[in-house]
Amino acid sequence: MLITEKEIVIKTDKLTKKFGDFVAASEITFEVFKGEIFGFLGANGAGKTTAMKMLIGISNPSSGNAQVAGYDIYKQTEQIKKSIGYMSQKFSLYEDLTIKENIQLFGGIYGLSDKEIKSKSEELITKLGLNTEADKLVASLPLGWKQKLAFSIAIFHQPKIVFLDEPTGGVDPITRRQFWDMIYEASHNGITIFVTTHYMDEAEYCDRVSIMVDGVIKALDSPENLKKQFNAKSMDEVFLMLARGAKRGE
Amino acid sequence: MRTLKFLLRKEFLQIFRNKLILRMIFALPVIQLILLPYAATYEMKNITLSVVDHDHSEYSRKLINKFTSSGYFILTDYSATYNQALDQVENDKADLIVEIPKGFEPDLSRQNETIIFLAANAISGQTAGLAVAYANTIIKDFNNDVRTEWIPQSQLNTIPVIEITNSNWFNPLMNYKDFIVPGVLALLVTLVGFILSSLNIVKEKEIGTIEQINVSPIKKYQFILSKLIPFWILGLVVMTIGFVISFIVYGIYPEGSFWVIYLFAGIYLIALLGFGLLTSIYADTQQQAMFIAYFFMLVFILLGGLFSPTENMPDWARYLTYINPVSYLIEVMRMLVLKGSSFWDLRFHFLVIIGFTIVFNGLAIFNYKKTV
Repeated sequence: MLITEKEIVIKTDKLTKKFGDFVAASEITFEVFKGEIFGFLGANGAGKTTAMKMLIGISNPSSGNAQVAGYDIYKQTEQIKKSIGYMSQKFSLYEDLTIKENIQLFGGIYGLSDKEIKSKSEELITKLGLNTEADKLVASLPLGWKQKLAFSIAIFHQPKIVFLDEPTGGVDPITRRQFWDMIYEASHNGITIFVTTHYMDEAEYCDRVSIMVDGVIKALDSPENLKKQFNAKSMDEVFLMLARGAKRGE
Repeated sequence: MRTLKFLLRKEFLQIFRNKLILRMIFALPVIQLILLPYAATYEMKNITLSVVDHDHSEYSRKLINKFTSSGYFILTDYSATYNQALDQVENDKADLIVEIPKGFEPDLSRQNETIIFLAANAISGQTAGLAVAYANTIIKDFNNDVRTEWIPQSQLNTIPVIEITNSNWFNPLMNYKDFIVPGVLALLVTLVGFILSSLNIVKEKEIGTIEQINVSPIKKYQFILSKLIPFWILGLVVMTIGFVISFIVYGIYPEGSFWVIYLFAGIYLIALLGFGLLTSIYADTQQQAMFIAYFFMLVFILLGGLFSPTENMPDWARYLTYINPVSYLIEVMRMLVLKGSSFWDLRFHFLVIIGFTIVFNGLAIFNYKKTV
C-alpha cells in the first residue's frame, strides 16, 4: 500500500535507553507514517521490545526525544495511551474471564459507550466466528484464536496506532496468514501498525522495515529496496547479512 | 468513574469465579473460630502428678486427696524416692512432683510447720508456672483446713487475717475463649485484607496482564481502587460471618457498638490493604509475595498479643507492638467485645490506625508506577 500524503504518526530522535552500563537501545531515529505497516525487526535481545516500551509510555527513555500520535513521550504519556493499542509478547487477556467479558472490559477501559460496546462486540464475535464460544472462558481457546482475539481487542477502540510485540510467536502458519489478513484490514481502515517480529516472511508483508542489531538501527527501507541495496533474494538474506555481526543475543 | 465500574466488575467476576478462594473465604472463619479457641487454651487440666510420700500418714493422704480432687491433677505415679519420681518426669509421665517429707504429720502438729517439696517440669515454663500456682493454692487450702480443725472457733476470730479475693472484670469467669475469639476475628480480617489483596495484584504481574493495564488510559488511582474495594468488602463480610459464628458457637455478643466495630475495622482494612499493595509492588511473583506476607503475618500475630498478652513482653518487644497494626485491632476487638468500650475510649486507637492508613497507602501510591 502506497501512502501519498505522508502524515507522520511516530517520530523518534536519538531515543536511547540504558540499564546501567548496558545500552539496550542506542540513538534510535526513525519516522512512521499514517496507515503503514512498519516492521521492527531484530534478533532476540536486539532491543526491539525496549524501544517499543518507550514508545507506548511504560518505560522512561534515558535520553532522546519521541512523539507518538503527536504527543510527547515524556509529558503526554496518558494522551498517548488513549491513542494506541498494544498487544504484548505474553498473552495478556484475562483467562478467567469469558471472551465477551474481556471485550467489554477493554471497551469500557477505553471509554466506549455501552451501546458501542454491545454492537461492536457482537460484530467482532461474529467476524471471528466465535458465536458459540462467546461465553466461554478465554483459557479454553487455542493459542491461535487467543492471538486473533487479543489483536481484535487491541484495535477495538479504533486507536491511531497499534503496537504488536511478536504477535505470531508460537502460532501455526495458517493462523499466521489469517493474522496478517487482519493486520492488512486494520491498516486499510487507517490504523498504523507497528509490529516487531523475527519471522522474515512476515517482514516481506510490511510496507517498510527497520532492522535493529545490538540496540542500533542498521537499515530502514521497504523490503524491495533493502533487497536491492544488499543484493539479496529475500529479507532472510538481508537480515542474516546485518545480524551476523551481532554480539548480543541468546 | 465508568472505568472504575468496569474494573470492579472484572474483579468481582474473577473473585466469584475462583471457587477455591471463595470457599476459603467462608471456611476460614468457621474453622479458625471453632478450632483455635479450643486448641489455644491457657487453662490447664490433666497435669500429671507424681507423689513421693515419705510419711504415709492420714494428713499426707488428705493432702494427696486434695490434689486429685481439684480436677487439675491426675495422679499417675507413686514413687518411693525423689529420684524415681524424677525418672517419671524424664519419661514425660509426670509434670509435677510433690515430695512429702518423713514426719510431715508430727511436724505439722507439734512444731506447727513443715516443708513440702515441689518440683515441676519446666520444659514449658507456662505449664510449670501454672502447675506450681495450682499446687500452692491447694496447699494453702489444705493449711486452712488444718487450722480450722485445730484452733477453736473462738480463737480463730482473734487472729487477724488478710484474705485476698479477686473479681475478674469484663470476663468474670476467666473464660479463655472470650479472650481468644475477638483476637481470632482480628486475625481473619487481617488475612483477607493483607494476603489476598497482595497476591491478587502480583498475580496480574506474573501472568503479564498488568502490562495491558499499564498501556491503557486507566489512571493509577482507578486501578488501585479496583483492587482495594473488593477486598475491603470481603474483609468486612468475613468479619460479619465471624461474628455470627462466635454468637452461635460461643454466645459471644459484642458489648460495644457494632457501628464502632465496623468503623474501626473499615479503617483498619484500608491500612492493611495499603500494606498488601505495598508488598505487591516489591514482589514480582506470587511466591515472593506469599513469603513476604507469611513473614509479616507471623510477626504481626506473635507480636500482636493474640496468644500472649503484650504486657508480658520485654520492653523492646512491647515497643515493636506499637508499630504493629494487628495489635491495635486485637486490642480494640477485645475492648469492644468484652468491655463495651465507646468510641471516645478508643480515640487513641482510631488516631493510630488512621496514621497507619495514611502511611501505608501513601507509600503504596507513591511507589506504584505504571512504568517498568
